[in-house]
Amino acid sequence: MSIDIETARRVAKLARIKVEEDALPALAGEFNAILGFIEQLNEVDVEGIEPMTSVTPMRLKRRIDEVTDGGYQEKVLANAPDAREGFFAVPKVVE
Amino acid sequence: MSELTKLTIAEARDKLRAGDVTSTEITQACLDQIDQADALGAFVHKTPEIALKQAAAADARIQGGAENPMCGIPLGIKDLFCTQGVPSQAASAILDGFKPEYESTVTTRLWQAGSIMLGKLNMDEFAMGSSNETSTYGNAVNPWRRTGDDTALTPGGSSGGSASAVAADLCLAATGTDTGGSIRQPAAFVGITGLKPTYGRVSRWGIVAFASSLDQAGPMTKTVRDAAIMLGTMAGHDPRDSTSADIPVPDFEAAITGDIRGKTIGIPREYRMDGMPADIEKLWSDGADMLRDAGAKIVDISLPHTKYALPTYYVIAPAEASSNLARYDGVRFGHRAKLAQGDGITEMYEKTRAEGFGAEVQRRVMVGTYVLSAGFYDAYYNRARKVRALIKRDFDLAFEAGVDAILTPATPSAAFGLGEMADADPVQMYLNDVFTVTVNLAGLPGISVPTGLDPQGLPMALQLIGKPWEEGDLLNIAQSLETAAGYVAKPSRWW
Repeated sequence: MSIDIETARRVAKLARIKVEEDALPALAGEFNAILGFIEQLNEVDVEGIEPMTSVTPMRLKRRIDEVTDGGYQEKVLANAPDAREGFFAVPKVVE
Repeated sequence: MSELTKLTIAEARDKLRAGDVTSTEITQACLDQIDQADALGAFVHKTPEIALKQAAAADARIQGGAENPMCGIPLGIKDLFCTQGVPSQAASAILDGFKPEYESTVTTRLWQAGSIMLGKLNMDEFAMGSSNETSTYGNAVNPWRRTGDDTALTPGGSSGGSASAVAADLCLAATGTDTGGSIRQPAAFVGITGLKPTYGRVSRWGIVAFASSLDQAGPMTKTVRDAAIMLGTMAGHDPRDSTSADIPVPDFEAAITGDIRGKTIGIPREYRMDGMPADIEKLWSDGADMLRDAGAKIVDISLPHTKYALPTYYVIAPAEASSNLARYDGVRFGHRAKLAQGDGITEMYEKTRAEGFGAEVQRRVMVGTYVLSAGFYDAYYNRARKVRALIKRDFDLAFEAGVDAILTPATPSAAFGLGEMADADPVQMYLNDVFTVTVNLAGLPGISVPTGLDPQGLPMALQLIGKPWEEGDLLNIAQSLETAAGYVAKPSRWW
């Protein structure tokens, strides 16, 4: 599988990272080096093997679905680049 | 008073309890050393006020008859740990100015035990790197130099600042985190002990996430005994990390008996890589001889899927990273790009992430995005998870056959020069993790122990891999290796 410039552009878009046009060829080249390395996995016989979901055989704990934390709006907003009137502020999303 | 900063945790504990020294004295000595060591680039945020306040409180507790062996011990904290009110930015520009409103579970446990925070330590950005060269703070530098050569060397990564600080005696010990080797490789490069515990032994809550199924925090210390002491305080169940194991934490220090007679140590043939340097090969066989002389049985074993560990890792880790790092969007914390007239929210995300993430982080986020994208999920991500299951099965079978621990080299080389890998393709840098990454994929405990110097006078280390939850046994075997190797070398001070 070879990554072309169009694929590199699409992946950057999906990842929400702005990549300038003139940087795309080099990026595609790096992807190809990494993916070429990953291609080795195709040699492995994985017939009948379940994909690993948890490295230690443990059942996730359950608890009552109730609020156990919260009530500190100011702390939540303290690090926001732009917080106004108790909310995170972002550029206009709807027209 | 720089002798005080050379103390091990065990020595400091004994001197503190005997009243020979105060925590304030050790802490001040560390702060003085830190101020003289800016050339190492290890401490990136210093917290002397917090340190001296904590030290005074620790001294009062020790006078009152304390208790926890970590009480009064000054530590460096990797920048990946969230520390309340103190910058915690994972060495990334995207978290410029971020001061958490909360404290990670690991650091909470250390402060409750009475340990002292000297400051935050340099690292690779988001723990992605093997040389500490991807940090927004600039490089951390290895206190070691090649004999007769003043080339600046890497302390390894990602916990490069932690490694440099402990090796240079700026602190008694440091926290690290390890996703593919980020505790063990830097520890090996600077001649200290680095322990990655079993996945789930230490809470990940409040540690900036890289690859959640692989990340694990652990101690970076001057001795194996110190690793045992510090792990005892770091470990334990945490309801806020659903993957933290709800099992008792044994007394790891008590497990160090010095007796490894009857233990079976496996030597995996697949770790004997083509073109392995002769000095690494010799270090490894010498290590096996030392354990045999101490009464262990040495057996050859096979871990057939070893060669697939790195490619598996470079699917799974970027996939998880691309998901974890989606939160850095310029909305809730850290950096937000300046927007042009007419820019909307998508431009805000894209510009913020392009400005805030460094090149290696961008690369991994995009590779992760690709392997998870429609049409490739099965071919890459699911296949990698299947191979991961096979890698773990290799270890399970070895342990079932009676192996107690596995001995391997820690790294494929000694520390290399900063900038030496600048023109290499990314895969070349990834090869640093070839011996360590299997351990993360299988969720096992692993420890790197310095056992010798290479012909250029640089530290070299071996790795021991243990059974899940058997850190005590692993530490006991590691200490036997440490004792037999008799490694005592220290870097000559140039900083």
